[in-house]
Amino acid sequence: MFFPISHSHINPLYLVVVGFVIGILGGFFGVGGSFIAGPALRLMGVDWNYAVGTDLAHIVGKSIVAARKHRTLGNVDLKLGMIMAVGTIGGAEGGAQVIQALKRAGNVNTVVSWVAIVVYVGISVFMLWESHTTLKLHKGRTVSDVKAAESKADHSAFGPVTKKIQRMEIWPMISLPTSGIQISLWIILAVAVVGGFFSGFLGGGAGYIRMPSMVYVLGIPTHLAVGTDLFEVVISASYGTFTHAIKGNVDILIALVMHTGAVIGAQIGVVATQYFAGPKIRLAFVPLPLIGAAIVIYTLLTGHKL
Amino acid sequence: MKQEAAKSLRAFAAELVIYAVLVTGYFFLVLHLLGGWLYQLETKHRILYAFVAILLIAGQAVVLDAVTTVLFRLLRRRWR
Repeated sequence: MFFPISHSHINPLYLVVVGFVIGILGGFFGVGGSFIAGPALRLMGVDWNYAVGTDLAHIVGKSIVAARKHRTLGNVDLKLGMIMAVGTIGGAEGGAQVIQALKRAGNVNTVVSWVAIVVYVGISVFMLWESHTTLKLHKGRTVSDVKAAESKADHSAFGPVTKKIQRMEIWPMISLPTSGIQISLWIILAVAVVGGFFSGFLGGGAGYIRMPSMVYVLGIPTHLAVGTDLFEVVISASYGTFTHAIKGNVDILIALVMHTGAVIGAQIGVVATQYFAGPKIRLAFVPLPLIGAAIVIYTLLTGHKL
Repeated sequence: MKQEAAKSLRAFAAELVIYAVLVTGYFFLVLHLLGGWLYQLETKHRILYAFVAILLIAGQAVVLDAVTTVLFRLLRRRWR
């Protein structure tokens, strides 16, 4: 099938399948999935600029569907999402500025690649340790996965550190009844700015950083972190889509085909979260950043940009 | 309990099928009716294109989801 906007020939079934896989990951983990969608579009010969912009456009739709579904299940903290969106947009702008500075210095590819590898592997190793330790500590308890998931109660081996962060009384303190915590506004903004920075610096929605940060730094239960992150992705990806579309980087027809698969996958992913407890969702999350790291290592070694 | 879970899974699957049909239909409708216009818009009026792009993708998500819910409720009433 010919897509005139990006001048590319792609089998629509391929796009639907890619969208479906990303949709499941998005609904279950609260990530945008740009680390898969971008390379998947590149493999079909779509120019890099169209791959980035189009990917963001399909993320908007998929995240709306997944966030709505999560909201019906009580997994979205709107107040937290709104505050974080402000910090994310600011951070994304900062990340883009650093990219521009590195471009001027002439070493943007090397620096971004190494930072990406360190960040992706770091997140995976930390989450593997934490979720594995938490599961080991709670082994033998009689509560089933489904019951644990339903109650949204969460345990984390990193919990004592999170509690200390929550106790830091830096004015103004914000109460988040949906998430069941009270925390300084500045800590929420710091998490959002860091997530936004990496979104602007490494590309995509940076859900692989924001979702774990919400769990470990803010102490948000995993199910709520997934839903709230998706809500925030809607805002940040809409902003990204708009700016990319103005620059001529969005093929909306490709995005709509990908979206047909993504929205179905997203609904399945969201419902699946109801059958897993928080630590198991976090453990299953571990391979995702590693896939991102593997793609970056591949491009570094071969010089091919997927 | 198991029966209830199976029932809700069946309902979810039925809703998903309706949604999949609507979403696919929506894409072909957009391609058929707006394909040429979107191409022109992308080359000549980028700001308008940006707004339309977001509207189309959000429409596919929000409107079709709402239509699916309504259709599913109607179908469920008929089944009972």
